[in-house]
Amino acid sequence: MKFIWRLIPVSFILLITGCGVENLSALDPKGPVAEMQYSLIQLSLYIMIAVLVVVFAIYIFVLFKFRDKPGDTHIPKQVHGNRTLEIIWTTIPIILLLMLAVPNVMDTFTLADVGVGEEAEESGEADAEDAERDHVRIEVTANQFWWEFNYPDYDATAGQEMYIPTDTRIIVELQSSDVIHSFWVPALAGKQDNIPGVQNDMWFEAPEEGVYQGKCTELCGPSHWLMDFRVIAVDPETFDTWATNMSEPAEELLEPESEVAVDGRAVFEESCITCHAVGQDGGNIGPNLTNYSEREVLAGFLDPTDENLEAWIRNPQEYKPGNEMPSFDSLTDDEVTALIEYMNTLKVLEN
Amino acid sequence: MSYEKAQSKNVIWDWLTTVDHKKIGILYLAAGAFFFAVGGLEAILMRIQLMFPESSFIQAQTFNELLTMHGTTMVFLAAMPLLFGFMNYMIPLQIGARDVAFPFLNALGFWLFLFGGILLNVSWFAGGAPDAGWTAYAPLSSESPGHGLDFYVLGLQVSGIGTLIGGINFLVTVINMRAPGMSMMRMPLFTWSSFVASMLILFAFPALTIGLLLLMLERLFGATYFGVDLGGNVIIWQHLFWIFGHPEVYILILPAFGIFSEVLPTFAKKRLFGYSAMVFATLIIGFLGFMVWAHHMFTVGIGPVANAIFAVATMAIAVPTGIKIFNWLLTLWGGRIQFTTANLFALGFIPTFVMGGVTGVMLAASAADYQFHDTYFVVAHFHYVIIGGTVFGLFAGVFYWWPKIFGYRLNETLGKVFFWLFLTGFHLTFFVQHFLGLMGMQRRVASYLPGQGLDQLNFISTIGAFLMGVAFIILLVTIFTSMKNTTNVSDPWDGRTLEWTTTTPVPEYNFAQTPLVRELDAFWYEKYEGDGKMKAAEPIGDIHMPNGSILPLIIAFGLFVASFGLIYAVYPLAIVGLIISFIGMFLRSVKEDHGYHIPAEAVKRDKDGGK
Repeated sequence: MKFIWRLIPVSFILLITGCGVENLSALDPKGPVAEMQYSLIQLSLYIMIAVLVVVFAIYIFVLFKFRDKPGDTHIPKQVHGNRTLEIIWTTIPIILLLMLAVPNVMDTFTLADVGVGEEAEESGEADAEDAERDHVRIEVTANQFWWEFNYPDYDATAGQEMYIPTDTRIIVELQSSDVIHSFWVPALAGKQDNIPGVQNDMWFEAPEEGVYQGKCTELCGPSHWLMDFRVIAVDPETFDTWATNMSEPAEELLEPESEVAVDGRAVFEESCITCHAVGQDGGNIGPNLTNYSEREVLAGFLDPTDENLEAWIRNPQEYKPGNEMPSFDSLTDDEVTALIEYMNTLKVLEN
Repeated sequence: MSYEKAQSKNVIWDWLTTVDHKKIGILYLAAGAFFFAVGGLEAILMRIQLMFPESSFIQAQTFNELLTMHGTTMVFLAAMPLLFGFMNYMIPLQIGARDVAFPFLNALGFWLFLFGGILLNVSWFAGGAPDAGWTAYAPLSSESPGHGLDFYVLGLQVSGIGTLIGGINFLVTVINMRAPGMSMMRMPLFTWSSFVASMLILFAFPALTIGLLLLMLERLFGATYFGVDLGGNVIIWQHLFWIFGHPEVYILILPAFGIFSEVLPTFAKKRLFGYSAMVFATLIIGFLGFMVWAHHMFTVGIGPVANAIFAVATMAIAVPTGIKIFNWLLTLWGGRIQFTTANLFALGFIPTFVMGGVTGVMLAASAADYQFHDTYFVVAHFHYVIIGGTVFGLFAGVFYWWPKIFGYRLNETLGKVFFWLFLTGFHLTFFVQHFLGLMGMQRRVASYLPGQGLDQLNFISTIGAFLMGVAFIILLVTIFTSMKNTTNVSDPWDGRTLEWTTTTPVPEYNFAQTPLVRELDAFWYEKYEGDGKMKAAEPIGDIHMPNGSILPLIIAFGLFVASFGLIYAVYPLAIVGLIISFIGMFLRSVKEDHGYHIPAEAVKRDKDGGK
């Protein structure tokens, strides 16, 4: 009875909140991998609810039936046990667990098989259909506290926001440049760890276009909670344009639109380029900024406004303590304004 | 030392030098309760920070220190010592022994634990606590700046030695010190489960010792086991930690299972249903506990074969656990259930723990675990099993054994208020966290952004945490206002096992005459089948007792000092500390210490006066 009473407020809450936010919640899967995992979660939940119902029914019955009543002083019969019962409640759980274990083992192997991995290609064992299947490989390198997405087949590198084509098998190769991180896009796929010195592969697909939220799920330092990223699924043609332009932005995209922006590019090349790349030029200590003005968020979580960008440049440690970027207090207001104007011109998907 | 001299010691000196398992048990309980309060305060601070999105109540770095210390404190410094307190006090009484096998080692174990715990907490005042989570995954831990992780490594190492010593002591005690007639299959379930937990300690703690040693060598002496740049491997730590860490959770839960197996039969007035099935289920859980550690590492990339094997092995643990649950239910079936506070906690445990158990099976499904792993779903799961199991067990034990240990009964009305507040607060805090995890809230986050649908449930969770905090204060009030209930403390619950045959307060020699055990639930048998008194297995005679000693404290203190020397690289200090320890060990080895005898007349006088 206690339990049922307890459920009332909880179910009420669930009615209000639904199953979380779309494109974030694992309870609202948007791709085949997340769907497979969600149906396994549902299967396990139903089996477990069946167990709960049985246990709670016996429990509640016993509590009512055999409670101590005033004036009752009888000494209950001292029962040793019952072999038949022991066998029953050993066997039934084993059957229930097999019902869960078998699909789980199958899913585990399905998820581990990226299908078109390097090994399969090298050994030539992959069957023709598999090898031909459309796929995109992306090297995902986690850093304190940002993500780098490298597209080796396109020679392109992106920071923080991972563009993928819809209806295509995405194979991510997870690595880390410092401590352990973990790559999780709940609406598309469960997580795998980014481990220094190790590469983990996993695959997923996104049938629908959309912006999916991703998170780092392994404690990695003070700004662990802000190490979010986005997975942006676009149609394959748009993806091709994006990837080509990311690798070598067309001239008109690179050409600053105003004089202020030209000054801004000078500031960028003076102060920023050691760590941040635009196109093929620049370092990779910080996120690649080739498509900065198309970012959904700034620094992984801030609204991409000019004010936020200025505040971030002046004091990044205040927003993401422990990150690698120094404060650029020494820049004059004019320089920062110019820099921001230049950065706002950085885009690869004109229209 | 003579008997008279032993009787006339200064109170403080007596407690510092005691080797009496009952006093050491009380010391464990007191220290464990203190650390439990500290860990609880850390939890409340974290819940306040998480009450609202993007809250700035606590800095992210401090939050990481809090979450690390909360976990470490609760597991190593609160739950285990509190269980050790009951084990120390009750195992010798339940098997009809006068003390544990090695009283000196018992004291040493306690002081090592205490100094290790103090060392760990000194870090708060020495530039920052450890911040890499209680699991301290490398390389975050091996490269963490400051001294926080050094305190973690050495604090846990020192207290871990204490735990290992305690575990070995319990094993030897149970094997060698049982009263005549107390065969293994007549032992109370609490003793049985503590025995199995001690086996787990014996085999699991060495893995932690090695892991901590490697981490210490890497941090303090520049060795490379984990650093990838020099050819190390960060996964080594995870294997070592979880080979220890998974049995550790069974070390926490099995003694609690034992407490429920004492409390439920006592208050159902019915013998434990399926005693031998319960014993074997305990052994199987203990064994399987070593076979499943990699289920903490499903996302590490150990491959589908390993994941599948560990998933199935983990699910298998549900079978013996289910056997236990059904045997408890059948113990209640046909009984006459009394709703005392102790029994309320045992009864509250059953549905709560089953809920934690079923989420455990869900987590065991490796493919689904890719979604659950490192989210609030996991946080909810392990709080359901550790609070719903271990902490409920401890509270049941507190209300059940308090009269025997402290000579007064805790107020039942206040106790029930405490129970209901705690139960409500607990479910409010943790039930919603299952959903938070699946809705996208990862574990160990210092805050969360608004607009992710996480705000309301986090708010509710924090309210629940406040309720648990208030409940704990009510427990303290209960303890301090009940002191006058000193009637009927020797056997207040119509007990079944040997600890209730002793007088209260329990004399230092426990039993004037070693009892003769004729049946399972020996005391119950004598009450309802015999004349209500235990048969004696020996005539009243002089009782040999060990002398107290200050050496355990000195040995532990030496390691405490040496740890500071290592942490701050002041090697002369480290050497001084080690010398202090070695002097203590040397004195222990060469000094003749035959103990003393309590004369038969004094025992007889106690016996007559006590009745």
